[in-house]
Amino acid sequence: MSLDLAALRAQFPILSRQVDGKPLVYLDNAATTQKPQAVIDALVSYYTECNANVHRGAHALADEATRRYEQARDTVAHFIHAASRQEVIWTSGTTEAINIVANGMAQRLKAGDQVLVTEMEHHANLVTWQQACLRSGAELHIAPIHDNGELDVEAFARLLNQQTRFVSLPHVSNALGTVNPIKDLTAMAKAVGALVLIDGAQGIAHGQVDVQDIGCDFYAFSGHKLFGPTGIGVLWGREALLENWPVWQTGGEMIAKVTYECSTWGSLPNRLEAGTPNIAGAIGMAAAITWFMQLDLNAVQAHEYALIQAATEQAEAFNGLTIIGNAKNKVGVLSFILDGSHPADVGFILDRQGIAIRTGDHCAQPLMRRLGVPGTARASFSIYNSLDEVNALFTALKKAQSMLA
Amino acid sequence: MSLPTTEEIIDDLAFFDDWEQRYQYIIDLGKALPAMSETDKTEERLVRGCQSSVWLKSQSQGEQLHFEVASDAIIVNGLLALVMAAYQDKSAAQILAFDIDGYFHSLDLERHISPTRGNGLRAIVAKIRALAEQH
Repeated sequence: MSLDLAALRAQFPILSRQVDGKPLVYLDNAATTQKPQAVIDALVSYYTECNANVHRGAHALADEATRRYEQARDTVAHFIHAASRQEVIWTSGTTEAINIVANGMAQRLKAGDQVLVTEMEHHANLVTWQQACLRSGAELHIAPIHDNGELDVEAFARLLNQQTRFVSLPHVSNALGTVNPIKDLTAMAKAVGALVLIDGAQGIAHGQVDVQDIGCDFYAFSGHKLFGPTGIGVLWGREALLENWPVWQTGGEMIAKVTYECSTWGSLPNRLEAGTPNIAGAIGMAAAITWFMQLDLNAVQAHEYALIQAATEQAEAFNGLTIIGNAKNKVGVLSFILDGSHPADVGFILDRQGIAIRTGDHCAQPLMRRLGVPGTARASFSIYNSLDEVNALFTALKKAQSMLA
Repeated sequence: MSLPTTEEIIDDLAFFDDWEQRYQYIIDLGKALPAMSETDKTEERLVRGCQSSVWLKSQSQGEQLHFEVASDAIIVNGLLALVMAAYQDKSAAQILAFDIDGYFHSLDLERHISPTRGNGLRAIVAKIRALAEQH
């Protein structure tokens, strides 16, 4: 079965709008993906039919809201092959998920311990660990990349040792599109006894993620990069770790018994989910996953591959364009600079032609310094983009190049 | 091209009927913006946007404030030239009285100076107004 792109696009109402009188060409999918009607409907349905607070109401609406909300957790657990629904913790997004883990580790790390991240981190998976190390006295080590944007796996291996307590790395680089061999890297880290977190913000929408197959201890991702709403995400972690993990926020929902002197914590998953959760977000995210899973994922992946292939071929043929990040295994992202032009200028002129890309440091300032560029222009593709849109990108880039010359 | 006045800029931009001419005009203004010396581009003068960076150097000359501005992006330099047309060598009272949002609105460029744009322009305007208030 191949992908019916027209039918797929028709499910995303926003894709038919115009910008400055030109059809929207949305190539900023690594920042956030657009939402299919099924997700919008799920949000509307929740608010119009059964809005109520979960877990604590003694009435019909509360029961129904709780049922939909907890079913959403089951949907996520099934989607990522979690061993149990207890392992799925709702968060506000990938960033909060990593913060839960990094803050917990900060209480357990001590001087002499080491944490290893990579040179291609988004700030969310760098600043969190930097601060955890500063608080605990542990050392932060950075696994370098090759010039083409691939992780230097040999250097990564050399940096692992008996002091390495934690390894945190991205599934897919947001700035370069590099797909890391996370299963192999996880096995190497586990061999020295380290815990492993995979930042799945960019990986989740591109492949079938099986957390048990990866072998990691934590996997973090956001709903909004997976066709779901913003403000909702997931921390998946092994139950044996999460059930004793230092609590994150304290307050309602996460407690067992409270006196004026002390409190005891509830059981998973609630112990890491203080306060009223993002109920609509969770339901919307599950709707996105349900929608995504009914696609022919092999056809989707083949289409995504065709998009990045076509974009790369045109970029290579484009005089005066330099691709930033040439990893052999890339998905979704074409990062580049037009020689002699600032990425922001390229972005301005593309925007005026209805083409949405992102320019700048992509929340990865140390990576930009490593690559020796002030930032890049980044076109990022999703399953609903077409080859015509890839062509439109390069036509618009020609215009930008001539105007900025 | 010497720096035009705000009135000239409003007239010039109104004259163009397609976006390419308008952007080319802004690019040309950016190219004409007097360059700031590299040694003046210090960390203290830097306003970092997440897309581009802007530097601002100011000095008072009697009643008036004189500025040097620069960006690493050419279109931001052009937008800075539009800002300079409003503020350069003006008194603190003139700077504070100038309706910069109305000006960008009349140029149909307000989305470039909105707080949501990471180009540092909004921050520069705020800095210039703060300097004028202290003056």
